[in-house]
Amino acid sequence: MAEIKTAEIKVPPLKKLTNYPEKLAPGHRLCAGCGASIIIRQMFMVANALGYELIIANATGCVEVCTSIYPYTSWRSPWIHNAFENAAATISGVEAAYKALKRKGKLPTDKKVKFVALGGDGGTYDIGFQSLSGALERGHDFIYVCYDNEAYMNTGIQRSSATPKYANTTTQPVGSESLGKPQHKKWMPEVAAAHGIPYVAQVAPSHWKDFMEKFKKALLTKGPSYINAFAVCPRGWRSKEEEGILVTKMAVETNYWPLFEVENGKWRITHRPKNPKPIEEYLKLQGRFKHLFKPENQDKIKELQEEVNRRWEWLNKMEEISNREE
Amino acid sequence: MRPELIKEVKYVPYSGNMAAAEAMRQINPDVVAAYPITPQTELMQFFADFVANGLVDTEYIPVESEHSAMSACVGAAAAGSRAMTATAGPGLAYMWEVLGIASGMRLPIVMTVVNRALSAPINIHGDQSDMMGARDQGWIMLFSENAEEQYDNLIQAIKIAEDERTRLPVMVGMDGFVISHAIERVRLLPDKAVEEFIGEPKLMYPLLDVDNPVTHGPVAMTDSYMEFKRQQREAMMNAYKVIREVGEAFEEAFGKKYEHIETYKTEDADYILIIIGSTAGTAKYVIDKLRDEKGIKVGLIKIRTYRPFPYYDVMDAIEASNCKAVGVFDRAETFGAVGGPLYSDVATAMYLRNKHYPIVSFIYGLGGRDTNVHHIEEAIDKVMQAAAGKEVPFINYLNLNE
Repeated sequence: MAEIKTAEIKVPPLKKLTNYPEKLAPGHRLCAGCGASIIIRQMFMVANALGYELIIANATGCVEVCTSIYPYTSWRSPWIHNAFENAAATISGVEAAYKALKRKGKLPTDKKVKFVALGGDGGTYDIGFQSLSGALERGHDFIYVCYDNEAYMNTGIQRSSATPKYANTTTQPVGSESLGKPQHKKWMPEVAAAHGIPYVAQVAPSHWKDFMEKFKKALLTKGPSYINAFAVCPRGWRSKEEEGILVTKMAVETNYWPLFEVENGKWRITHRPKNPKPIEEYLKLQGRFKHLFKPENQDKIKELQEEVNRRWEWLNKMEEISNREE
Repeated sequence: MRPELIKEVKYVPYSGNMAAAEAMRQINPDVVAAYPITPQTELMQFFADFVANGLVDTEYIPVESEHSAMSACVGAAAAGSRAMTATAGPGLAYMWEVLGIASGMRLPIVMTVVNRALSAPINIHGDQSDMMGARDQGWIMLFSENAEEQYDNLIQAIKIAEDERTRLPVMVGMDGFVISHAIERVRLLPDKAVEEFIGEPKLMYPLLDVDNPVTHGPVAMTDSYMEFKRQQREAMMNAYKVIREVGEAFEEAFGKKYEHIETYKTEDADYILIIIGSTAGTAKYVIDKLRDEKGIKVGLIKIRTYRPFPYYDVMDAIEASNCKAVGVFDRAETFGAVGGPLYSDVATAMYLRNKHYPIVSFIYGLGGRDTNVHHIEEAIDKVMQAAAGKEVPFINYLNLNE
């Protein structure tokens, strides 16, 4: 695979980035403290700075519902919503149309455009999984961005395959016979990477420089990229609206949400917390894990810590193996 | 057709799938997203060959499912390109959700449906349950009797879909295997003539116009959803006119008449059969045979436009005949309702004119079951009995073992 030469292209400093016009207009109906809107705005900042127009296909979900209630729209960028499970297939069609029309000389040649499919974890990990996998395999020139808030939040906190073990959701609630979701979270970026696509990254908006560097790489990548973004959900997680970035930071600093990338098959952990905090520091900020702090459930917290360690070790191994000199 | 092009008209031995693929080659769509399914697979393979050999400029997306095929077509059409696909039976069922999105977003997508039975039991053979099951999804629906009609209908469908008065997707059905795989004589038009007939696509709010960003597929709440649906009905009513106009333009250009219905010997008929698809061909043979051998005057109404349903055309043809009873042939079931889907439409047509002819309902050809000459003769016999005031079972299955 061709080396991506991204080092020379720099993302401008934050002060400059904030001067670009907002492409996600204020007045949308996303909740106070929602992580998804921050992710979208950071995405647009990089695109603006690098002179790209984003053409977005949005899966059904919080963002879609809250930004496009007719006759209003928050999008100052071309945007299409088709259904819940088909954002990746939809963007495939848009990208194919672009290629065909460009070839026929029917589109201006001076524009830099990039195609983005945007979905929550439901539209990505679950119902949209097949459509996403197909689009990644076919190699369309697009970025898939998943804002992962770890459940079906738009419809009221139903579990998804992105929901972490023991989280309280409305379809696997905590009860006398239940501690919440019985399964661990799916390792989605790893699954995306298994498609052998040129670029995969996991990001968190609290670590915005890391986020922007990765989104830049995705923008400059020819072919499919997958970005898994941590999207705090104060309503669904029962966390404080004003603590959104703190929760996000804590997810990274406990290694619950490792920041890493897979660039042309090479795995790299992009942020190593100096002294990783215990998982409790992340869990205790959220009401969805409240039941784990009962004395009888201490072993469950230990279990979650073990899963964090398992993934962290796995990522470290992948980094080592994929970068080994032959 | 311009005189210099007439000599380029060809007559070829083609199957329905070959004819449909050839129409697609000449239409040369910007995007084709498709998933193979029997009996459509061959069509897709022919088209893939055109792509592989540079005979089309199409961006071809071999998607991982029919759901994604229609989803990609929605994206491509919204982007401002001409998008086509093809499917059959279960594939159409899997697309069902996105069919309504394509029509609701008013995207002029054109699709061949090689009509196939739905599961279970699984069956790959021809019947029309697939399109009948999708008939309320807001698509214009045309049916072809043979390979050449499939070819002609696809070419006309592009103009019908893209007309500013409609902006609705069109599906064109042909019976699986009997039409899709059987070789017939087909008249092919010159490439240039097809290109001139369909013209350049008219763009309406293309997503790719980054200088004028548009939001496609927004949320409509209780205050606006119904108005969107009302507009769709308006577009479908306009389609009735547009299909006729495009048919007239086709006749003017290529000398072959296409109307909402085709009538065969109805003028002096005492009994009328109403049929969709390939079996209309068999019925024409039986009609000639009975007239010759027994002097029984039967006529046929073949439905070409199924949605919008041509109520008045059907009634005009019935009322202009000596009709004493009607036989309606459905190649699909509607469990728990009266007759088949076509039966309901014909009954509605009579109600609209305040006319009450005896109707005998026939269910035939499910899962590819043969419908031969003697089965149609048997059906005509029942229609004659009903006309004579005799008691006839309301629903009759043709060629059923029971």
